[in-house]
Amino acid sequence: MKLYDSVELAARNLRESLLRNSLTTLGISVGVASLVAMLSLGIGLQQMASRRLQRAGLFDTVVVSSRRDLRSFNREQETEGPAPAQSPELDENARAKITAVRGVIEAYPDLRFIAELRFEDKPHLTMIAGLPLSSKNSDGFEGMQGNFFSGDTAHEVILQKMFAAELLGKNARNPDDISVRDVAQPLLGKQMVLRYAERESGGAGEDSTSYSVLSRELPLTIVGVADLDPDSMRGNFRARLFIPQKLMEGMHAMQAYETRDSAHATSNEPVYSTLVARVSGAGKVDSVEQAIKKLGFNTFSILDATKSLRRFFAILDLFLGIFGSLALTVASIGIINTLVMAILERRREIGIMKAIGASDADVRGLFFAEAGAMGILGGAFGVIMGWVIGRAINFGTNVYLVRQGFSRENIWAVPLWLVGAALAFSFIVSLISGLYPASRAAKLDPVQALRYE
Amino acid sequence: MGSATIRAVDGASLQIKSGEFVALLGASGSGKSSLLNLLAGLDSPTSGSVAVGDQDLAKLSRDQLARYRRYTVGMVFQSFNLVPSMTVLENVELPLRFAEVERSKRRAMAAQSLEQVGLAGRLRHRPIELSGGEQQRVAIARALINRPSILLADEPTGNLDSHTGTEVMDLIGNLNETLEMTVVLVTHERDLAEKYANRLISLADGKVISDQINAAKAVARGES
Repeated sequence: MKLYDSVELAARNLRESLLRNSLTTLGISVGVASLVAMLSLGIGLQQMASRRLQRAGLFDTVVVSSRRDLRSFNREQETEGPAPAQSPELDENARAKITAVRGVIEAYPDLRFIAELRFEDKPHLTMIAGLPLSSKNSDGFEGMQGNFFSGDTAHEVILQKMFAAELLGKNARNPDDISVRDVAQPLLGKQMVLRYAERESGGAGEDSTSYSVLSRELPLTIVGVADLDPDSMRGNFRARLFIPQKLMEGMHAMQAYETRDSAHATSNEPVYSTLVARVSGAGKVDSVEQAIKKLGFNTFSILDATKSLRRFFAILDLFLGIFGSLALTVASIGIINTLVMAILERRREIGIMKAIGASDADVRGLFFAEAGAMGILGGAFGVIMGWVIGRAINFGTNVYLVRQGFSRENIWAVPLWLVGAALAFSFIVSLISGLYPASRAAKLDPVQALRYE
Repeated sequence: MGSATIRAVDGASLQIKSGEFVALLGASGSGKSSLLNLLAGLDSPTSGSVAVGDQDLAKLSRDQLARYRRYTVGMVFQSFNLVPSMTVLENVELPLRFAEVERSKRRAMAAQSLEQVGLAGRLRHRPIELSGGEQQRVAIARALINRPSILLADEPTGNLDSHTGTEVMDLIGNLNETLEMTVVLVTHERDLAEKYANRLISLADGKVISDQINAAKAVARGES
């Protein structure tokens, strides 16, 4: 019998015992719904966690530090490789070597310092950082208002939205209450003045390590406001104001670490505390890290930090999936029960079909089609139910979060693959449930079956 | 009690020629229906052989038996055995689904077969809405749909009054004569057998006790 005919006859049979088959299908729906609801929450939580990290735009960067920097000495990686005193300095030479590593697009010093800014005659104190032009495509700039820097040394500035809000005198505890668009409009194109300390080298010659500190002012134009998360994991110093990297490097601003490092500085060449290596893709972060470690430096990446987080979510998803599947297992027993009952009821009909030429495979196919149809219908309805349940849990959680003084979070996500996987899973589980009834029906002795009243 | 073997058909040996109309006669439990089930490929003999054409049914696989039932034999039962949830047309169409005949052709073939048995106007009815005689004619139309060479009828008039029984038997007799279809009729009504069959085979306790040419039918034929 052709598949189409099997399906048609199966649909007819399902309609014949509408109530019983509907209840069985509902059982499958509940199973699929619990699976979808569980997994959508797991996925949602995972996305919530990685969203915060992604907003920092650091999934494709490796932070490189010198082993001479003893601030993080107790970290695991420090125990391998050269001793701190023998390890290379993080200077221009090292920068060139790191840039040459396969997969690295560029390496730039992580320059940041606290500076005073004057905007509309009011002083503001904040951390300022250099940003290379290549950061333009970073995820962190998604939804940015205004433009990115027009050039490498342009006197332009991009604000983090919380700082923008501060400039406007808005006070908000919760970053989600501030819309980038709202704070950007009154600020774009305005001027502000940056006051900073310049490190001026002493004259060339023997006394090359001496320098003086000068106070400078730099006028800047606000060109963009971005949603960069100030709570992201960018080291200890989170900047809220960004200027072009080249401009930053040319300023020779006094860095927080320079007084400390000056003790061993032997030339006027700058020695950096940290370099940021931008990698061509998140997939290459691992290999780049290994290569840089071989050069004798310490590395750190967000991917490193999220490894255990990802493992946690994988296990969480697994357990949620198992709990969700339990309901589907119960539902599959329901399918077996329904179909075995159907064999008893339709014994004579099966006998008739065999007498007029149905093969074992035809009868088996018919029962498989019935099981499969219940699986697909139940799966489709279950996905919808799971979606609704997930939404309801998300809504309830948000009401709770808001009451507890937290911001709203989307802890629920139903990606398309989950819909497809749930449908396929429900279909396959139903077919497996149909195995026993189908083979039992196929093996029915037609003479016995025809005698059955 | 226990598992004593009952031989429903025991040592019965007979040959049926193509185009014959054979009646299997006997009391209830004589083994005539079991013999018919063997001929229909619904049952397999524990020993011996059932040869139809050049194939031995005893040696066929379950799949091959299904094909045999589908294409070589058509069956008509005492209790009609129509699928109650299907319309008349769908019932007749059912064997064509197993034969994987195209959907568009199926309807036309089934309608034509029903027309042959005089039920052209009842296509959309359910079996329960028809009289016994009409139901049996639907069953005959279904048995004929794959153009089998053998028609096996198991007490086809058993549930019918004598008038409709005669109508149904006339139809079967007509198929035997016009299409030269081999007919094996199981009945316990000797009169009916004598009226339609060319050959009368009597069974008792699973054995053939007599096998004779139906003289009455031969005479009737000779006269006509």
